Amino acid sequence: MTLLKSREAILFGAIALLVALVATRFPGFVVPSNLIAVFTDTSPLMILAIGQMVVILTRCIDLSVAANLALTGMVCAMINVAMPDLPIFVLICFAMVMGAALGAINGLLVWKLSIPPIVVTLGTMTIFRGVIFLLTDGKWINAHEMSASFTAFPRASLLGMPVLGWIAILVAIVMIVVMARTTLGRAIYAVGGNPHAAVYTGINVGRTQFLAFTISGMLAGLTGYLWIARYSVAYVDIAGGFELDVVAACVIGGISIAGGAGTVVGTLLGALFLGVVKNALPVVDISPFWQLAISGAAIIIAVAFNAQSGRSKGRIILKSAEHAQ
Amino acid sequence: MSMSQTTPRHIPDRLRSPMQARLMSWESLLLAVAVGIFILNTLASPYFLDAWNLSDATFNFTEKAMIAFAMALLIIAGEIDLSVASIIALASTAMGVAMEMGAGTPVLVLVGLATGMLCGAFNGALVTKLGLPSIVVTIGTMSLFRGLSYIILGDGAFRGYPADFAWFGQGYVFWVISVEFVIFALLAVVFGLLLHKTSFGRTVYAVGNNPTGALFSGIRVDRVKMILFLLTGLMSGLAAVCLTSRLGSTRPSIASGMELEVVTMVVLGGVNILGGSGSIPGVVIAAFVMGLVTFGLGLLNVPGIVMSIFIGLLLIGVIALPRLWSMWRKKRV
Repeated sequence: MTLLKSREAILFGAIALLVALVATRFPGFVVPSNLIAVFTDTSPLMILAIGQMVVILTRCIDLSVAANLALTGMVCAMINVAMPDLPIFVLICFAMVMGAALGAINGLLVWKLSIPPIVVTLGTMTIFRGVIFLLTDGKWINAHEMSASFTAFPRASLLGMPVLGWIAILVAIVMIVVMARTTLGRAIYAVGGNPHAAVYTGINVGRTQFLAFTISGMLAGLTGYLWIARYSVAYVDIAGGFELDVVAACVIGGISIAGGAGTVVGTLLGALFLGVVKNALPVVDISPFWQLAISGAAIIIAVAFNAQSGRSKGRIILKSAEHAQ
Repeated sequence: MSMSQTTPRHIPDRLRSPMQARLMSWESLLLAVAVGIFILNTLASPYFLDAWNLSDATFNFTEKAMIAFAMALLIIAGEIDLSVASIIALASTAMGVAMEMGAGTPVLVLVGLATGMLCGAFNGALVTKLGLPSIVVTIGTMSLFRGLSYIILGDGAFRGYPADFAWFGQGYVFWVISVEFVIFALLAVVFGLLLHKTSFGRTVYAVGNNPTGALFSGIRVDRVKMILFLLTGLMSGLAAVCLTSRLGSTRPSIASGMELEVVTMVVLGGVNILGGSGSIPGVVIAAFVMGLVTFGLGLLNVPGIVMSIFIGLLLIGVIALPRLWSMWRKKRV
């Protein structure tokens, strides 16, 4: 456990160092209002990454999150155009239910037909995007077609931070409790840690994976509404390729792709790391075209680092066992 | 890949007769689908049965199939490479840089192939030397390679490739038979022989079925995997040469999303995504199926993104249907 904590400490240190480096040249970057802006800007990534973490913990992967986000967001925007008076709360509930339903499709295919998750979600990723086109004929829904309350909600300020940021914090707290204090959370770790042992302890592996996909889908649906409302525009390719950032955030956050290891806090820090890089690049006058290569390099370094720390963890368990004797 | 499933394997008490096995094989099923799509296309559009139109249709799959052959071997060996489309972007960008420096066509081709191999070597080294899971490594290099391409090109583009460079993507060997189609056909034979008729091919299956067992029977597992990553990189480089030559320009967004279609082609061809089984003839037929579907839908004015729904459904459907069928049969028995 100390090792896991130290990994998060290392990541936290790296983020602090990055922020400090930028601050030496541009003190304006560390002004509280800007830090809050960076946090809010990273919130969608954080929410999606937490969902992705749950899926990766069960030894699966969900590449359809960005397409799910785009589809659910588009449907929310269409509902808003048709019924501008529908309360935002109802719309958010709808977004979460619809996202969960799309996630459940992935989960069912993985659970009932045991199709490899990467194949399922590669497939549903293209299907979801295609369905958006079928629904809209490729047309955009622009800001002036959406109701004022629809676009204002994520940006409304609450105690100095936009609602979007608060929702990310809320999701994080709920998921920390779920992962640590519920049987579902523990089952998710058990399934990823050792599926065979999980079966013998009475855990239904497929069902747990199904629930993981549903959670990931639900959070993607929630983010779908928030994303569309925040940017006040909905079109087919929205958040295109974002699923890779989400996986990257998890890997950087120390989630083992082999399943069973990783924490919500680590995932949040992984997402925050990418968010700080993204927001710092224009400030230090590096072309935004560098961002893709930097996040690619960060994934590779992080996964190499994960593998190393995974190995030493095994040795340390043996050592402590020896000391105990 | 590290995604294991805990489903029991059913081993039949006797083998099917060779004739029945051949008729019931994935390849014959796929061939029937291909013929069916061909007939449907012929009925749906009067422009389908035209030698030049059909020749144009082959460009839908030749470049992807080149990569799919190498990818099939890689997936059979239990690894995957999601960075192939990004390798195309980087190799194409490298060719563009070489062109700006005044390189002729032979040098351009060499630069493209060498860049592809270097990228493959990078992937292979990370997977075999550091023991990292290939799916994450190649998701990382997918961003990295295309990212490098963006750093070099930004929102610009390379244009003005030498006239004789166009031969690879726009040339014809004989009547309607394009250069790309000939390369595709030759590679199909080469990869078919490599996988099905050489000892190296057997080691690929062995590595995919049981890496530990393969290691203990004297196979240098890491070296086999390294060779396959190099081969996938090389084929991506070759696809970059063909695609760049065909388009006549390089943008950093070139071939984006192609990795998906390549993996779909391989899986549709009957290669087990978890490794250990699959065949090159299957991948060849899958290439034709995908090419015919996209071309036929294109003739019917179906937009590209709607075609991707078909590709996605095809990918899930071809794996789901046999499993549903066997579940349904088990229930009846």
